[in-house]
Amino acid sequence: MTNTDLLVKELVQQHGKTRNSLMPVLQGVVKEERYLSEEAMIAIARELDLSAADVYGTASFYTFLDTQPRGKNVIRVCKTISCHMKGKDEIVKTLEDLLKIKVGETTTDKKFTLLTANCLGWCHKGPVMLVNDEVYPELTPQKAIEVIEEYAKK
Amino acid sequence: MEKQLKKVDIIFDKGECYNPIEILDKALERSPDDIINDLIDSGLKGRGGAGFLTGLKWKFTRLQEGDEKYVICNADEGEPGTFKDREILDQVPEKIFVGMTICSYVIGAKEGFIYLRAEYNFLLKNLQKKLDLFNRQLKERAIDFVIQLRSGSGAYVCGEESALFESMEGHRGEPRNKPPYPTVAGYNKKPTVINNVETLVYVAMISRLGAEKFKELGTKDSRGSKVFSVSGDTPKPGIYELELGMTLSQFVDEFADGDAKAVQVGGASGSCVPRKKFAETIIGFEGIPTGGSMMVFNSSRSMYNVLHDYLEFFAEESCGQCTPCRVGCQQLLKGIEAVKRGEKPASYLDDLKKLTATMKIAAKCGLGQSVANPFNSIVDNFKEEIIY
Repeated sequence: MTNTDLLVKELVQQHGKTRNSLMPVLQGVVKEERYLSEEAMIAIARELDLSAADVYGTASFYTFLDTQPRGKNVIRVCKTISCHMKGKDEIVKTLEDLLKIKVGETTTDKKFTLLTANCLGWCHKGPVMLVNDEVYPELTPQKAIEVIEEYAKK
Repeated sequence: MEKQLKKVDIIFDKGECYNPIEILDKALERSPDDIINDLIDSGLKGRGGAGFLTGLKWKFTRLQEGDEKYVICNADEGEPGTFKDREILDQVPEKIFVGMTICSYVIGAKEGFIYLRAEYNFLLKNLQKKLDLFNRQLKERAIDFVIQLRSGSGAYVCGEESALFESMEGHRGEPRNKPPYPTVAGYNKKPTVINNVETLVYVAMISRLGAEKFKELGTKDSRGSKVFSVSGDTPKPGIYELELGMTLSQFVDEFADGDAKAVQVGGASGSCVPRKKFAETIIGFEGIPTGGSMMVFNSSRSMYNVLHDYLEFFAEESCGQCTPCRVGCQQLLKGIEAVKRGEKPASYLDDLKKLTATMKIAAKCGLGQSVANPFNSIVDNFKEEIIY
C-alpha cells in the first residue's frame, strides 16, 4: 500500500464514508501532497464508493484543488482590481524573476509554484499573496522577495 | 430628513455587553416565536447583499416539518472589494456562534456549519479553538447543537447558497434551480437557514440590545447599520460600521481622496456610480443595496481597465453550467476588447447591453444575472473611456 493510499484511508476514516466527506478528503490530500494525483483520486473513489470520474468532476471544479503537480510551496498573488491598482503586476514580475518561472509554472527543484488568484479579501491592504495557507498583505517587491527567501530556506 | 454619515460600533463592540454566552442564555429564555417577531420587527435584512428579511427566513424554516434541519453560516466572502467578514471571523467569532445557536433554537436544528472560503484557511486554527470551547459550553447547558467548520476550495460561485450546499455535499459548486428555496430544501435537501456572517452577529446583538435600539438606526427600508469594506483610491482603506441611509456624497466626503470620479458600490457585481450622481444615490435598500464593498476610483483610473478586470473575473468564476453566463461573460469581455481595438463600432456596446439583459433574465443564478450591473453602469457613464 502506498503512502497516498494510506493517507486517503486515514482521511476517509476521519471524515466518514459518505459523499459529504468528499471535499474534506480532497482538501486533506491537497494539504499533504499539494495536488491530486490520478492515483489519489482513484483511491478516494474506491474508499468512498464513487466513480473516479465523479471524484475528478468535483476536484476539477475548484481552483484550490489542483489536479496537476505543484511545488512544495504554492504562491497565489491576488490579481483582482484593488491589488491591480496597488501594483500586483510588479509583485508578479519580481517573483517571476526571482524564481525564474512564469505564472502557472513550478520551479525545477519543485519548491515553488507561482499562480495568480481572484480576490483574496485584502483589498484594503493590497497587494497581497498567499503562500500555502499563510497570508502576506501590504507587499512591496522587496517584502515579497524576503518572504519567498524564508520559504526557500525551510 | 437626510441622514448624516454616522459611525457605529455594534458588530465589533467588545465593551460591557461582550459576554457572548450570556447573550445566548438571555435569548433562550424567550420563545422561538418571540425571537422571530423581534427580528421581523427590527427590520434586519440579510447582510450578504440580497437583503431578505432574516426573521422571515427563520420563520419559513421553523414552519417546515421534520427534525433534520441545518443552520449554515456563509463565510465564503468572495466578492471583490469585500473583506469585512474576515475581520468579524477574526475578531468576534463567538458572536457568530451565538447567532447560529439562537437560530438552531428557533428552527429546531441540531447541526450547524460555518463554510469558510479557502483563502481564509489561516483563520481555521483560531476558529476551531474557539469553537471547541463554545461547543463545550453548549454541552454544559444541555443544548443539543454542535457547530462544525467546512472549507471551500477557491470558487467564488460557492457563495451562492445552493452552490454552497452542492459543495458541502461533495459536488461541483453549481447552483440549483430555485424553487425550492433553502428554507424548504437546503443542505442535504433539508430545511436550512443560511445567513451571512454579519447577519448572524446582528441577530446576537439585537437579542442583546433589543429591536428598538436597532430600529433607531437607518431608514424605513434599511434598518440598522452595516459593515463596509472601503478600498481603492482612499487615504483610509479599511472596515467601518456605518448607519444605513447615507448618501454617496457623504461617504465620499469622508473616505475619498478629494478626486473621486466613481464609486463601485457592492463589489464587482454591484453598480458603478459616477460623480454627478453621488448626491442622489442612497446607500441602502431604497437606493443601491450592497454587501458592503465600496471601491473608490479617482480620475487617474481608466474605467475600461476596471470593467475589463471585472469581466475577466466573471468569465473565470462563472461555473459554466448555464449558457447565458458561460458564453455571455466571455463575449462581453471579447466585445469590449474588440471595441477598444476599433474592430467593432461604438454601437456594438448597445448589442452587448442587450446581451446583459438576456443574461439577467436567463442566467441561472445571481452571478450571471448581476453582470449587467457593472457592465451597464460603467458603459453608460464612461462610454468614451470604453471606446477610446
